[in-house]
Formats: sequence, C-alpha cells, structure tokens
Amino acid sequence: MENNKILIKGNHAIVEAAIDAGCRFYAGYPITPQNEIPEYMSIKMKEAGGIFMQAESELISINLVYGAAVAGARAMTTSSSPGISLMQEGISYMAGCELPGVIVNVQRGGPGLGNISPSQSDYFQAVKPGHGDYRLIVLAPYNTQEMYDFTFEAFDLADKYRNPVMVLTDGLLGQIMESIELKRKTPELLNQKKDWALTGAKGRKGKRIVSLLMEPGVLEKHNFHLKEKYDLIRKTEKRFEKLGITEDMEYLIVAFGTVARISKGAIKLSRDIKIGLFRPITLFPFPYEELKEIARKVKKIFVFEMNLGQMLEDVKIAVEDSEKIEFYGRPGGGVPTSEELLNFILKRIQK
Amino acid sequence: MIEKIIYKKPDSLTDVNFSYCPGCGHSTVHKIIAEVIDELALRENTIAVAPVGCAVFAYNFWDFDVTEAPHGRTPAVATAIKRVLPDRLVFSYQGDGDLASIGMAEIVHTANRGENITVIFINNTNYGMTGGQLAPTTLLNQKTTTSPFGRDAKNYGYPFKMLEFLSPLEGVKYLERVKVTDAASVVKTKNAIKKGFSYQLQNIGFSMIEVLSSCPANWRKEPLDSNKWIEEEISKVYPVGKIKDIK
Repeated sequence: MENNKILIKGNHAIVEAAIDAGCRFYAGYPITPQNEIPEYMSIKMKEAGGIFMQAESELISINLVYGAAVAGARAMTTSSSPGISLMQEGISYMAGCELPGVIVNVQRGGPGLGNISPSQSDYFQAVKPGHGDYRLIVLAPYNTQEMYDFTFEAFDLADKYRNPVMVLTDGLLGQIMESIELKRKTPELLNQKKDWALTGAKGRKGKRIVSLLMEPGVLEKHNFHLKEKYDLIRKTEKRFEKLGITEDMEYLIVAFGTVARISKGAIKLSRDIKIGLFRPITLFPFPYEELKEIARKVKKIFVFEMNLGQMLEDVKIAVEDSEKIEFYGRPGGGVPTSEELLNFILKRIQK
Repeated sequence: MIEKIIYKKPDSLTDVNFSYCPGCGHSTVHKIIAEVIDELALRENTIAVAPVGCAVFAYNFWDFDVTEAPHGRTPAVATAIKRVLPDRLVFSYQGDGDLASIGMAEIVHTANRGENITVIFINNTNYGMTGGQLAPTTLLNQKTTTSPFGRDAKNYGYPFKMLEFLSPLEGVKYLERVKVTDAASVVKTKNAIKKGFSYQLQNIGFSMIEVLSSCPANWRKEPLDSNKWIEEEISKVYPVGKIKDIK
C-alpha cells in the first residue's frame, strides 16, 4: 500500500481534504489565520482542474459557493470569525434552499476585529447561526488528522442532507504541523445524482431553487420539513469521544477542539485523580443523551473552553444537576495550558 | 378554414398570469426575455438568477431554470453558475436597489472580472417591492417615500449612472440603455437583449442592458403618464443608446 503519511500544516490539510473529497469550486477572501487555505488552494485547485476564485468579500465568497451549489458542484469557502459573520446571510439562504456546501471557520479572537489568536468564541454562530430556523452540521476537529478527515467527510455529509456543513476549527489547529495520513479514496457520495440542481430544463419544465415561500402556510411547512431533516441528523450523525471514562471515575472534563487536546494533557498530569474526558465532535448535533448518562455518575463536571461559556449552555441542557458544573474559559484569544486547567481542577476539588 | 398562428405565448413563459402592477415594465421585459430565449432555442439551456425585489417572482413566470439570490448578490450567484456550467446561458435580472445599492460590490467586480454573463438591469428609479423608497437611481427632486420632499443632492447624493460608471472597465464588453415605452422601443430592447445573450454564447464576455422601466404604482402616476415621464424626464438623466460595444 502506498504510504500516504505526510507532515503538514492544519490549514494545508484542509485543502488536501477538499481536493480529495472532489471539491472543484473554491471561493475565499484573505483573513488571518486562514490565509494558507486560499493560497495553497490556488495551486491545488488548478492542478485538479477545478475553479478557484478570490472573492472580493466574504459576502461574495459565500454567494459564489451558493451559485456553484445551485449548479451541482461540490463547493467550499473558508474564513475566520469576522468573515464568517459576513457569510451568515448566505449560509441562511443555503440552508433555506437546502444547498450543500462546506464552510471552514478557522476561529480567531473577538468580538469585533478582535485579534488573530486562536479562539472558540464562534461556537454560538456555528451552532446557533443566522436568521431563521435552521441548523448547520458542525464538526470540531482537535488535531491535524481530523482537520483532514472532517473536511473530507463534510462534503459527503453536505450532499447527503443537502445542508451546509461547517468545520469549526481555530488558529492553533490551522497553524500547527503534524504528521497525518491522507485517505486518497473516492468519497461515497461523490457521484450521487443531484436531480435538484439547476443545469438547464432539458426535456422538462423549469425548476426553481428559492427560499422565498410567500404563499400562506408554505414556509411553515418547509420549516417542519427542515426540522425532520435535523431530527434525522440528530439521530444518525452524533459524534463524540470518551477518554478515560471508567466505572469509578469521579470527575469529568467536557471540552471540544483545541481545548479538548489541552485537557488531555491536564488529565495526564493529574496522576491519581479519577478524571475522564468527554469530547463532543459534532457540536450540532450535540451529544446530549450520551453526556447526560456519564454526567450522572460523577461528582463534578469541568467545562473548559476558549470563550466565556458558549458550549457550557449545551452542557447545562444535558446535565441534570447543573450545580455540579465548574466552568473555566479563556476569551479573546487566550489559550490555557494543561497546568492551568489542572490547577483549576485541583482548586475546585479541594473546596 | 385554415388557421394561421400569428402570435402565441412564448414557450419560455409559464401559464401563470403576471402579477405585476398595471403598467409595470417588468411584465414587458419578462416577456421579451422569454421571446429571445425561444428564438435562440435556449429554453433548455438557460439558468436565470432572480433578485430580491418585485422581480423575485420572475421564477413564477419563466419556464426555464431559475434560482434567486440574496439581495444584491445576484451577479455572484450567476458568476458561479456560469463558471460551473460554461456552456449554459446564464443571466441575472436585477432592479436598481439590488444592483446599484446593496449589490454594488458584486456588480462592479463581476463586470471587472469580465464574467461571461448577461445582466438585465431594470431601472425604475425606486424600490418598488418595499413601497417606493429612494434608490441610487432616483432623479433629483423626485419624491419617494423616503425622500418625501424630493431628492436633494446634499442629503441623498446624485442619481447613479451605472452603465457610464461600468463602461471604463476592461472586462465590460457591451452596455446599452433601452426603454419599453412604445412598440419601437420594445423592439430595440429585444434586439439589445438578444445581442447581450449572443455575445455570451460567443464567449465575448460581460454585458449589461439597462431598461428604463415604469413603476406607476409607486410613482403615483397613470401608466401612460409614467411612460411620458420616462420619455421626458428619466431619459434626460439616463440617455438611451449604446454606451459600449467592443464589436
């Protein structure tokens, strides 16, 4: 078998994954810390014979992706937090029109222009996004391998559910280099027929892809249809990882992405404390039931995030006794160390 | 008895009755577009992008593939469709609010990139759908629901002449301003749209046809008086004719 192991930067891994997944339309706009994506993509997309466009704004990026999806192409855009804010309008239209597409958010500190340090402060705008009743499937990688894997899988998920998918990562994961294995396989749904796409009304009546549904009751019905889809996603696509979850475990950390990785370090340093990690991988659908089950058995639940407590709200929904929850967050581009998290744990345990 | 068909509804129109206001230019332009697409035998090969505004309902009336874009993003959506499907006819249909206000960046960059699409730009000097507010194309002294004392340049700026503004861009290949006030001008409009579409089919590049179009309901004028106002006032500010043609 061909050895597909390479040393690669997180942002570059996203490009490799998109190309391997059959993405042949990319539009992006410069913003740090994701610039390696459009830069590397301008080379790789050309090699793959696809379409690379440098958009003149994130508004244009997402609407190019919208148009490419209308025409049936596998399409992607990438940006960082303020740019994602600008894309929310287009993402809502895509959800309303049931258009597949992949959006990668390499998060940075906010609000406003913020800074260019890693952050998780876009949890809300990923999981509880723009205007209207809709959901994105949100995947949260925590290492370079997952940057590749989840971006690759995002395209099949988008096509499967005809829904935009967001890969929610951050500046740290975008910038670090790690050894990963490339899949180089054909995605399952790459050649799935897209009967809904607009390609010209050959031998048929004209078709529409629209989100304006003005007739009384039609939009309400459409929303219920979308809900059925989201319920199916909740049932079938929930992903999470459990680490060191034992029968006699006393404490639990809940963290996603970069902070989950740092939390693993804290657990390693903690030696004889009976503590495990629950890592949501899909932030929508959030693994409420699975977390609820584990949370019941522990004395305390530590929620760690690089924000002021956004996933925390979902943990509170999952956990019956929210008195058990202890939150520690670093907003504005702050990145905790494993020691810092362990110290917090030790202080709260001794209290 | 021998029956001879001298006129029929274009195949590219559905059976749905136009729901536009009496005297509105949209119906006329919709029909012209359908006729041109029939004549070029492109019904099965066309994808249109409708705007936000009155013409968002265009997809009820055209019997070819149509999507709609977020407000002003119409040229971006059309660009991507054309890039993915370069052998289809792709056009965007936009009003003055959509194109000249909220979608200014989209239209300018699409034009400057020389995207091989055709833009049909309906200029009726106001936001029709939302009740007749001031648009970038509103004439000086024109009263709208957000310029009830008339447009004064000091507060609202000047009427935006989009074709003249886009004309110097190298990516732009064909620009013409037309009107649909009488039979002769309708024929000219049809020819201009046909030319724009033909240029696209020949891969010549970006073209835009601006149609001075009446909006009697929001202008508070009778349809005939509206046409007269286009002839006497609007076409003074926005002169009809070819602005640019590289051929």
